[in-house]
Amino acid sequence: MRRSKDRSLFIALCVAPATILFFIFMVLPTVNVFRMSLFERGAYSPTETFVGLNNFKVLFKDAKFISAMQNTILLIATVTIITFFFAILFAAILTREKIKGQNFFRVIFYIPNILSVVVIAGIFSAIYKPENGMLNSVLSFLSGRDVMILWKDQQMVIISIIIAMVWQAIGYYMVMYMASMSAVPVDLYESASLDGAGRMAQFFQITLPLIWTNIRTTLTFFIISTINMAFLFVKAMVAKGMADVGLSFMYTQKDAGLYGYAMAAGVVIFLFSFLLSAMVNKVTKRDVLEM
Amino acid sequence: MKQQNKSITAEPVFKAFIYVVLITLAILIIVPVAWVFLASIKQNSEFYGNPWALPAGFYWQNFVDAWNSASMGSYMINSVIVTALSLALLLVIALPAAYCLSRFQFTGRKLLNTCFMAGLFINVNYIVVPIFLMLKDGDVWLKNLMGSGFLLNNIFVLAVVYASTALPFTIYLLSGYFATLPHDFEEAAYIDGAGYGSTMVRIIFPMAQPSIITIILFNFLSFWNEYIISMTLMSSAKGQKTLPVGLLNLMQAQQSAAEYGILYAGLVLVMLPTLILYICVQKKLTQGMTVGGLKG
Repeated sequence: MRRSKDRSLFIALCVAPATILFFIFMVLPTVNVFRMSLFERGAYSPTETFVGLNNFKVLFKDAKFISAMQNTILLIATVTIITFFFAILFAAILTREKIKGQNFFRVIFYIPNILSVVVIAGIFSAIYKPENGMLNSVLSFLSGRDVMILWKDQQMVIISIIIAMVWQAIGYYMVMYMASMSAVPVDLYESASLDGAGRMAQFFQITLPLIWTNIRTTLTFFIISTINMAFLFVKAMVAKGMADVGLSFMYTQKDAGLYGYAMAAGVVIFLFSFLLSAMVNKVTKRDVLEM
Repeated sequence: MKQQNKSITAEPVFKAFIYVVLITLAILIIVPVAWVFLASIKQNSEFYGNPWALPAGFYWQNFVDAWNSASMGSYMINSVIVTALSLALLLVIALPAAYCLSRFQFTGRKLLNTCFMAGLFINVNYIVVPIFLMLKDGDVWLKNLMGSGFLLNNIFVLAVVYASTALPFTIYLLSGYFATLPHDFEEAAYIDGAGYGSTMVRIIFPMAQPSIITIILFNFLSFWNEYIISMTLMSSAKGQKTLPVGLLNLMQAQQSAAEYGILYAGLVLVMLPTLILYICVQKKLTQGMTVGGLKG
């Protein structure tokens, strides 16, 4: 009897702090995102007035929000495709081929992932500097004439963000694909090469089908993390107002004191990421074993 | 053996091509990072010439200036405090919770597990504004109550927020490990007369050391590098700041006044701890792998 009382007390003491903090700093704010999107809150006073779906109505007519979402979609598509291509290529090379210094390459490729986005922004501001920046000087050297591209100007800024985001993400996804590729049994490749299957055939007919589940998971990761990382990159790298993505639009509204409006934008972006992930998940559904 | 039979001539060309591609990517990653390290010891006048020129000398003054006049020193101390405090808090809170949630049967366990799992999908970028408003309202309330609020611009509150938002991931990771341990360990300890608490702390936690190191690693990186929450909750212009936010402010100020040397010295200060840790862990990882192989 006493034992069971001790037990309940012990469990309560262990679980309560985590539950309380989780509730205050994660559950409550999440509920508030949705609740506040239906309210208008004064910038200086905490009085809230219920406005129904009015925030959303204004939002869908806001040209700035629409262009921010267009940028978001563009970034999701391009960053995913480019990063996926390189990550899976390098993962396949590093797991399947006998390469000297395999571990060295893996260690190096993962480095961008451990750096703060602020540091990456600093590094890329040195790369993108119009006069004597790294990129322009390399391009000048290769083309033999003076290249003066303004990488952070309106026309090029999205491309600059794409380059930086791909640079940051390749290593992470490569390590993920490597982990699942090394789980593929080696004798499958051996018997395939006995049957005369080349590298390409082996890759498309053994590697890809067998790590398909992992690829689907990473596609969801790509969508969610591109939305978040794009925000971090824009906030750290891009001059104010030059280009916005979904979440940086939300943050700008927050800075302007339009809290309800900001939260409405947050809700739309969240639903967008959720629906897009569900859609991609559905489209990529394959019966893995039959392949 | 089998592959040698076919296309003997194409093989070396293909191998060479692979090496070229791998080395190119390695260069694309190392060179910009190394460039920042070199730039951090260049004098300001050197930034107007060829970007590929090596530094003329070791101009350590950049670090002194960054540390003192650009206040990177106090930002760094803030960052160390916030990171250490939130890691300690996270471990003290998440370890017992994960242990109970994965190894005890009690009412509400399933609900709690589901909640924490759902928490994995909540991203801080969405909830940072409500957290900010909650603390701001709390400050107003405290001000009416006792004359001053202390929730915003407080590195201790920031540490609590960091630890809280890292709970779902940490509990998920630890529970996964705890669930694999056989129950015999606890039963043996109970028979020997150990209580629940001492069994947990002295038997189970030491066994979970590899996963504890993993969560310390991941969370160290995310706390040390984080800047959105920090920027939002520590927004006062004259108040304390963490290192990434201080650096970001310096970078934005940099666009008008060109003090490149200090900027790159600041970048080195932010990334050096993470790089050192990464290099150490890399070694430890390979060591752990060989030890496991011998045992297995």
